[in-house]
Amino acid sequence: MDLLLRGISHRYGGTEVMRDINLDIRRGEIVCIIGPSGCGKSTLLRFIGGLERPDAGEVLLSGPEPEGSLNPLTYVFQDFALLPWRTVAGNISLVLEDHGLGKQRVAAIIEDVLARTGLSEFREALPRQLSGGMRQRVAIARALAVRPAVMLMDEPLSALDSQTRELLMDDLVSLWQRERFTACYVTHNLAEAVRLGHRVVVLSRRPGQIRTVVEIDMELSERGPGHPELEAIQSQLWTLLRDEARAADREIADVAE
Amino acid sequence: MSRSDVAERTDMTEAAKNLRAVPYRGGGFRPGHWRFVGPLVFAVLLLGWEAGSRSGVISNLVLPAPSEALEALRQLVETGQLWLHLGASLQRLVIGWSLGVTLGVAVGLMVGLLPLARAGLLPLVSALFPIPKIALLPLFVIWFGIGEGSKVATILFGSFFPTVIATYGGVDNVDRTLVRMGQSFGLGWWSIVRKIILPGAMPAILSGCRISASIAIILLVAAEMIGAEYGVGAYVLMAGSLFATDQLLAGVAMLSVLGLVVSWLIGRAERRLLRWRG
Repeated sequence: MDLLLRGISHRYGGTEVMRDINLDIRRGEIVCIIGPSGCGKSTLLRFIGGLERPDAGEVLLSGPEPEGSLNPLTYVFQDFALLPWRTVAGNISLVLEDHGLGKQRVAAIIEDVLARTGLSEFREALPRQLSGGMRQRVAIARALAVRPAVMLMDEPLSALDSQTRELLMDDLVSLWQRERFTACYVTHNLAEAVRLGHRVVVLSRRPGQIRTVVEIDMELSERGPGHPELEAIQSQLWTLLRDEARAADREIADVAE
Repeated sequence: MSRSDVAERTDMTEAAKNLRAVPYRGGGFRPGHWRFVGPLVFAVLLLGWEAGSRSGVISNLVLPAPSEALEALRQLVETGQLWLHLGASLQRLVIGWSLGVTLGVAVGLMVGLLPLARAGLLPLVSALFPIPKIALLPLFVIWFGIGEGSKVATILFGSFFPTVIATYGGVDNVDRTLVRMGQSFGLGWWSIVRKIILPGAMPAILSGCRISASIAIILLVAAEMIGAEYGVGAYVLMAGSLFATDQLLAGVAMLSVLGLVVSWLIGRAERRLLRWRG
């Protein structure tokens, strides 16, 4: 299943926050969206998943939904969004309970995703007992449990310290190697974008427009920190963004992102 | 620089520079654990009181000795009157309070979740909440009869309003990202209310329960004082009008114990339901 964004524009009150965004997200690729803060990256992601409606333009799905998908467009949130009163297994069960799968089937899915994300021994732990990295792994396991067609990842590593971030990036890479999931990955971190993105979409500052799309034609598994080619792309992206970021930094905020 | 040079230098600087420890400034402002102090204060107060009564410093007319109040309590137990009074009170309290809290949570959820309900009900709740419900008792007597109905209704109304306010405040404070998460996974409206909103509002609902329970006890006694054959309030009123101050104190002690038990029960419920907060 592919996702097509057609002419998306949006205003908050009198402020134009997004102008004519056109983008295709194709099956099996990770599209990273980067841009200065306040450019509407997260808003765009909310449009894609149907949590908010743009003023103009539309988000289209093309092709059949993958078989057995319970929730084709599935988010992974920056702040994990785990229910603190449920255990790891309970948090995953939450998103399966409404589908009438039957107890055994739910238990089997939970078992399976916990094994795939290496969380089996944490199944009875409460979120507060886990580190930030582990919490985000739980959130990723929860997302996998509903067999998404596209994962919508909203700065999933931004709340983590840089060491944990490296570890989770490796996890995501190996997960992609195995499952070839489709993802739209919003971040402000250029290193994440060049490590995980098959394409990197650069947004301008408000009103957010697509400035350029950079294709990175390199296997995810070959990428690593300090790779010269990636470093070059990263500094190219930074050149594109620097002035925008500086101007955005000096703006007076009057809209919530 | 040789090793002995270094040693010499440290020797010299230690002497010359007046070495001293950094003063510790981080103490205090921390709850401590003084387990036995509470009971000890109680015991000292009671013993002092008893001694004062026996030695005649405290007149028996003004304040009877604790031992006399205890004796009155013992008689209550022996004649079986205790269970009569306590049973009647507990029944009113349990029925009135649990109905009030149940309705309060339901209405509080509506106010918290439905904009129309909020617009319609919140001004009403704000207008009725500050009325001392005991002032409405005569009206309740006309509506629900002089018997149990009016007393239960007083307690019900008294615990209803604080519960509504606590519940909708709790609903307002539920983390919106969790609600969004629920929506993004396609959970139904009722599922989100049951599995995300209600547990998220539970801390506020339980602290509302604490408040409404103490209000319920106050209203219970007030209602029983106005017209009841049995009940702790009626017993205290009767003792007071006979100047049987020892019985009056026995009744007051019962109320205190009742309050303590209720708060202990809610504490247990909190520990059970809010274990996830750690």
